[in-house]
Amino acid sequence: MRRALARNSWTLGLAGLLAALLVATKIIQPNFGVSGLDSLARAALPFALATLGMAVVVIAGGIDLSLAAMMAVTSVTAAVLMQGASDGQALAVVILVLMLGAAMGALNGALIVVTRVPDIVVTLSMLFVWQGVALLILYAPGGAAAPWLRALIVGGVSLPGLPGGLTAWLPKGVVVLLACLAVVWLPIHRSRLGLRFYAIGSHPLAAFRSGVPVGRTRIAAYAVCGLFAALGGLSVTLSTGIGEPIPGPYLMASVAAVVLGGVVLGGGRGGLIGPILAVFVLRLVRMDLTLMAVDPNVTTIVEGTIMVVVVMFGAVLAARGRRQ
Amino acid sequence: MTEQAAAPLMTEQAATPTLDAQGVSKHFGAVIALKDASLRVGPGEIVALMGANGAGKSTFVKILTGALRADAGHVRIRGRNSAVTSPATARRSGLVPVYQEPSLIPDLDVADNLRLSLTPVEPFGHWVAELGIPDLRLSDRINRLPLATLRIIDLARALAAEPDVLLLDEMTAALPTDLVQRVLAVVRQQADAGRSVIYISHRFTEIAGICDRASVLRDGVTVGDLQIVPGIEERIVELMLGTASAVVAGGRRAGATAAPAGPPRLRVRELQAGNRLSNVSFTLRTGEVLGVVALEGQGQDELFDVLAGARPALSGQIELDGTPVRFDHPADAIAAGVTLVPGDRAQALLMPRSVRENIALPMLAPLRNWGAIAMRDEASRVAAAIDRLQIDTRAQGEVRRLSGGNQQKVTIARWIAQGVQTLLLFDPTRGIDIRTKRQIYALVRDLADQGAAVLYYTSELAEVALACDRAIVIFGGRVVDVIEAGAADEPTLLRAAYGLTEAPTAGAGP
Repeated sequence: MRRALARNSWTLGLAGLLAALLVATKIIQPNFGVSGLDSLARAALPFALATLGMAVVVIAGGIDLSLAAMMAVTSVTAAVLMQGASDGQALAVVILVLMLGAAMGALNGALIVVTRVPDIVVTLSMLFVWQGVALLILYAPGGAAAPWLRALIVGGVSLPGLPGGLTAWLPKGVVVLLACLAVVWLPIHRSRLGLRFYAIGSHPLAAFRSGVPVGRTRIAAYAVCGLFAALGGLSVTLSTGIGEPIPGPYLMASVAAVVLGGVVLGGGRGGLIGPILAVFVLRLVRMDLTLMAVDPNVTTIVEGTIMVVVVMFGAVLAARGRRQ
Repeated sequence: MTEQAAAPLMTEQAATPTLDAQGVSKHFGAVIALKDASLRVGPGEIVALMGANGAGKSTFVKILTGALRADAGHVRIRGRNSAVTSPATARRSGLVPVYQEPSLIPDLDVADNLRLSLTPVEPFGHWVAELGIPDLRLSDRINRLPLATLRIIDLARALAAEPDVLLLDEMTAALPTDLVQRVLAVVRQQADAGRSVIYISHRFTEIAGICDRASVLRDGVTVGDLQIVPGIEERIVELMLGTASAVVAGGRRAGATAAPAGPPRLRVRELQAGNRLSNVSFTLRTGEVLGVVALEGQGQDELFDVLAGARPALSGQIELDGTPVRFDHPADAIAAGVTLVPGDRAQALLMPRSVRENIALPMLAPLRNWGAIAMRDEASRVAAAIDRLQIDTRAQGEVRRLSGGNQQKVTIARWIAQGVQTLLLFDPTRGIDIRTKRQIYALVRDLADQGAAVLYYTSELAEVALACDRAIVIFGGRVVDVIEAGAADEPTLLRAAYGLTEAPTAGAGP
């Protein structure tokens, strides 16, 4: 029990920080409630999905700078194909877009493995490639999203048998996020593939010697990242109702949340819950500062400072833990 | 060493050997690493694969285990032409290696590492206990465990896979003596049960103790395949060294010829550090090579760290040339002329940089050197050091491409180029071949003759007589014995290292 607590201390700390921030928000803005939570969840959804993708590649010892550009490609693809589509067709579009995302990610990974060019260089190049592709598909924001899909992420959950006043507090955005996590990551984490992600991130040579197919595992990690990018791109289209060909601010935000979430940039360490909590922490900080009418330029300074301080604080605690 | 007498099961060495490699060659660009290597291991046999640095041993091991693909030749396991293209396929065809460095994932726990390599837990647990670590927890993370334990886990994992051929590369190099005995016994049992073992080690006593045959590589060619019989060591050394053997034959018995040592250089009194080093006192004189002998984890790591300024002392005194000193940072120690060559070469070297830069690094370190680097002076000092240590500079562009022995020479060479006063050597010959070892002994002796004081920790007891003037023995964080090199035979040292000879008034007085 104590070992489990120690192992997840970073995640628990972040959860505490998030709770404290929610309380602070309620104090700053006394009428913060159901609708506030809902809009927070909806705003955080693309960030959280991008962060999940980034976290997977970083755990596997890589990085994907083309993440936001892949989100743009999938967002516009979905918006263009859904325009005037029936409900059934829209579902087919979703599946197609998810496959497209995984394929784009796998291409990134394959280029890294085959050419042996460093991941940071390959994915930086692909950032420009996917940006161009997104603009070729849709030159200006446009397209549409199927209404039933939009309804998936707007508003609170209504569960039969439970009073609406209770379930309304759980935003659909959070439910969708957890569903994505459960459907995509849980099976991987429970299988040897998840173990292999951690293995190649931690020590590629030892992994190779333990019989791990390092190249294929790396490609799989990038494919999972692409899949999450596609989910992120879809969430952008669904929450705005149109496709957005210019990549949003998701790249740096996802790296920030991954680091704050306890995933070590060198690979091999961390999980996916921490980064999700970190996304909400960062969004809430921004929201609170906006509510307090702080200059937006000061806001980014505060965000950066929080990241450094939290990561430093964590390192100090870890060092103290080792000494004891 | 008291292993069972080598009992070659020659009668069982039937027509089809378990592993049969013939005519294996491999080149990297213009460099030919292997020309014509062969190895044949029958069931129930332990064959030592031997060769000096750069003989192509590690390349051969990589080819046998599927980490590299040979240019020509074949490797057959159990008579089948095995398509060994990766460690995973090697494992499937029945060959399981234990590499020189642990191949465990540092950020995963023991159980996950077993899952990763599909190792059944129960036999693994059996072997770990059999090998002398009964209290291992499967939930321990690898990067929290000591090196010796990792080696045992690696070996237990290999044994649990029930391999036809077990390949052990320097398995005992980082192990304390008691674990070595257990490992050797288990390896011998494996062979007696009909398995084949390829055994790679630089320790002749182990090879003489458990191996049936020795296959010797020199310059990429298998030059000999010998039965192990008493007195075969000299023949093997001759084969390994080729014509060069005359030059280095016979290690120098340092103790017999050493000049009387000079005034004390380093005096350590009642030093305490970490939770292992409890009370160590000794005196190191100029012109002296003082050996340090200890089983694993008796405080020797802490002692060397404190002397090098890498770890604070809890109490005690260090005097240098009669004045008390205190090192808060390795730079302080280096400035005072006390330099450490750490046990792990990777800690000392800038692996991707050149030999020259690595040697010149300490010369450039003082902060007052703001100006341009005096290239010509640097070049001549570096060249002199390279020359003196006979460093093989074919791959000098990047230190990581040198062989282990040559890397070790670079770590020592940098302090020679700098001009050394007090040298702390921590197991400088770990995992390197006999020719380089002898060069290092001679070098250490030369340095001492020129007035340097050398503290020399070694995990190989036989080295004390070869390289040192006398040796202190540390047990349980205290100096329990001081032994002159002339009397430092292995049984004496081993008894002392186990704390069996402790005199009532322990400590090495001046």
